[in-house]
Amino acid sequence: MSHYLFILVGAVLVNNVVLVKILGLCPFMGVSKKLETAYGMGAATTFVLTMATGASYIIDHYLLMPFGLEYLRTLSFIVTIAAIVQLTEMVIAKTSPTLQQTLGIYLPLITTNCAVLGVPLLNVSNGYNFVDSLLFGAGSAIGFSLVLVLFAGIRERIEGAEVPVYFRGVAIAMVTAGLMALAFMGFAGLDKYQ
Amino acid sequence: MLMNLFKFKGGVKPPTNKTQSLTLPIAVAPLPSRLVVPLHQSIGGTPRPVVQAGDKVLKGQLIGEADGWISAAVHAPTSGTVLEVAMHVQPHPSGLDALCVVIEPDGQDEWIAREPVEYASLKPEEVRERLQQAGVVGLGGAVFPTHGKLTASKTVPMDELVINGAECEPFITCDDLLMRERAEEVVRGIGIFRDLLQPKKVLIGIEDNKPEAAAAMRAAVDALQEPFLVVQVPTLYPAGGAKQLIRVLTGKEVPASKRSTDLGVQCFNVATAYTAWRAIAHGEPVVSRLVTLTGNVAEPRNYEVLIGTPMDELLALAGPKADTDGIVMGGPMMGFLVPQASVPVVKATNCLIAHSAKLFPPKAPEMPCIRCGSCAQACPHELQPFEMYWFSRAKNFGKTQEYHIFDCIECGCCSFVCPSRIPLVQYFRFAKSEIWAREREKNAADQAKIRFEFKQHREEREKAEKAEKLAKAAAAQAAKKAAEAAAAAAAEAAGSTPPDSAAAPVATAVDAEIDPKKAAIAAAMARAKAQREAAQPKNTAALTPAQQQEIADIEARREAGSRSEDQGSSAALAPPTSPATTADTSTPPSRS
Amino acid sequence: MELLLAIAVMALGAVVLGAALGYASIKFKVEGDPLVEKIEAILPQTQCGQCGYPGCKPYAEAIANGDEINKCPPGGAEGVQRLADLLGREVKPLDAEEKPKQIAIIDENTCIGCTLCIQACPVDAIVGAAKQMHTIIAQQCTGCELCLPPCPVECIRMAAIGENIDNWKWKYPVVEIKAMPLKEAA
Repeated sequence: MSHYLFILVGAVLVNNVVLVKILGLCPFMGVSKKLETAYGMGAATTFVLTMATGASYIIDHYLLMPFGLEYLRTLSFIVTIAAIVQLTEMVIAKTSPTLQQTLGIYLPLITTNCAVLGVPLLNVSNGYNFVDSLLFGAGSAIGFSLVLVLFAGIRERIEGAEVPVYFRGVAIAMVTAGLMALAFMGFAGLDKYQ
Repeated sequence: MLMNLFKFKGGVKPPTNKTQSLTLPIAVAPLPSRLVVPLHQSIGGTPRPVVQAGDKVLKGQLIGEADGWISAAVHAPTSGTVLEVAMHVQPHPSGLDALCVVIEPDGQDEWIAREPVEYASLKPEEVRERLQQAGVVGLGGAVFPTHGKLTASKTVPMDELVINGAECEPFITCDDLLMRERAEEVVRGIGIFRDLLQPKKVLIGIEDNKPEAAAAMRAAVDALQEPFLVVQVPTLYPAGGAKQLIRVLTGKEVPASKRSTDLGVQCFNVATAYTAWRAIAHGEPVVSRLVTLTGNVAEPRNYEVLIGTPMDELLALAGPKADTDGIVMGGPMMGFLVPQASVPVVKATNCLIAHSAKLFPPKAPEMPCIRCGSCAQACPHELQPFEMYWFSRAKNFGKTQEYHIFDCIECGCCSFVCPSRIPLVQYFRFAKSEIWAREREKNAADQAKIRFEFKQHREEREKAEKAEKLAKAAAAQAAKKAAEAAAAAAAEAAGSTPPDSAAAPVATAVDAEIDPKKAAIAAAMARAKAQREAAQPKNTAALTPAQQQEIADIEARREAGSRSEDQGSSAALAPPTSPATTADTSTPPSRS
Repeated sequence: MELLLAIAVMALGAVVLGAALGYASIKFKVEGDPLVEKIEAILPQTQCGQCGYPGCKPYAEAIANGDEINKCPPGGAEGVQRLADLLGREVKPLDAEEKPKQIAIIDENTCIGCTLCIQACPVDAIVGAAKQMHTIIAQQCTGCELCLPPCPVECIRMAAIGENIDNWKWKYPVVEIKAMPLKEAA
């Protein structure tokens, strides 16, 4: 049981995709101007990433490995992720227009999110099994959502702050992200207790 | 006094500075040289002027007629001549103009015929109507038309009527003196409100720094044998805010989204009660009010002032000191510097403070917010001013509304306590007026959209109707034309045309009755065809028989094709075949 | 052989995913475009046609299909900003001059009652009848200027809506810090 806990805590805090692994920076910078959109993006990414880790595990183990086609991993993962995102978008558009409104244009953006591709590839290199993979995917996504929401909250406040002119906009956001990354370094070693 | 008082959170205790203007009794201000009476002196619709330049008016004569239910009439404050109805600068922080009636007093101060009534004999609607006609508005500062507040909620029983004599703002003493000197009429006015609203109890709240006023009111209540309760409330700014006083006396909290009647409570100012009584029992509309003249003056005092008196003329009565550099209308917490010294006194003017740098030293520059939370502790509405400040500053108006900016009463407690000297209320006013402006724009856009869509819808409908009408006319025409064409074709067919081709125009006529639109097109096409064919012989006249044969052959094939395409449905498309093309059928068709 | 296998596997994957997506696109088809409605909500609904489209809705549709967002002068720079935020596009300067909000006024002495302006008004804000004087309902006028060209006697003029006590706004209490042009700063 503790094995799973370590995977989860490790993915959410210690090896946070955004602040430690520096993956998925485009949505982290692009979709963090407002708290509402950050919530939407976080929810969408969590769903898609969990699905993608599961699907890519299946493809890797039952399609690529038996035929010795591991070199096609990146390609096939990307195609799978794109298809899942599209599918999710259609289902959401049909079933819940309100959720569609909140997620809006962010859902298709996930297709090109490097974190969503990176996490399945990390799963493979870590040699995780199916449950581990799902847990790692979900954990990474929660970690992504967490820092996205925190960052959006900070940025909303920066709007009102007297930032020196040449630091306004993305510059101060980068500085803020750097400080957050420093803070997340404090979690290092939390998953090493065995 | 055996009453359990409630408390509101927050509040501040600024130096009251009330004693200066309390030493002398109320004096009547002399007639000014001219009166500038703004027409818009209450919340709601702007009254329409009913006088013109040159008109002679009497004191109390109607000069502005109420526009709509939430609006109150305006009257001539004295007798004299109307000089003009024109735009003049208003006692408003914007310093903008609004329509005013300027009157030159004749010195007679002659009243119009007043008709006092026994209000008990009137229906409640008639009393309200009279109050509107007399221009009675809330004199506490909000100037909401009083008659609009005198209807009890249909669903919620009226529990308490709160009469506001708290007068919590520093410097202001006009309500205090009114209660001391004219308590009886105030209590009689409260009686009118009580009879209209039928509350279970009436509570008169007076801050405990005005014991003389409270004593006078108690004496008046006892003398008139009314069951009103005079309650002394702790002195704490802003206890005189309607919502705060309601909270202190009844424990009820009125949110911004609700009216106080929805909670079974209503609140009036003592001066409003007084003017209501004067209006009903003496037939005197609101043409004057009590104004405290204080601040940087030699002789602070309360005056009974005609509405429309220029402020500089009025302030001269109290003898402003040499270093006076402006006039503050209202108290130091919620008042503002008037844009010009000559602006008129209006119904909302309860106090004029002569401003000087010594009395109100200029604030040191604003410093950044340190999120100390003092403002949140001082806020009487339990809001979080530092959050609202931050988002107002960032122009994130959605968030300011999430922090309930519209519950803010702009009392100024937060600005008063802020250690960084941030003018918080100014930020909130900015955010509020910005949100209102957006709301107005949004409504205008929605309206325009609805009207545009309706116009499009209407145009389409009109087009359809027109087309239908035209088609009907065309069908009639086509039928006639077709009949003619048929006759002509029949005549030609008598020569060489086979009988089946002559049947086509007849079919057109039949079709025309079924489908007028199609018929119109068909008729037009038939005409074009007929013309073309009429011309054809001339074009082909010079050709050799072989060439003519070829043309005829092609024509025949094309016709066969088109006929098979639209069989029956539009037989008219198959035109009557001309003799020229069908004449020489003996030669077999050939492709060369 | 291995190459063919790889192609076959990928092709199989493509077919499966393609089939799934194709099925979903039929099964979960939604009517209407919520984006157009959102864009239209931002547009000021003056229906002035300055964008080159016959009204705000057609322009909203055009934006959703990729047209520029800076063609709406009545919406102003703020409108462009809000569109850019909604669509995640770059903010562009308005391609026309931004005018203060205005309304049309008919000079009633010159008006000959031709009804041409009534037909041109997109929001029915002009009242009048043939050979009768026309007038503009000020509250409904969007200031689109569409009534100016049809008037044969040029009796319509545009007047800016000035600030009055009802629409006056409290000013932003912050002194804005503006970037100095680099040349001067250096």
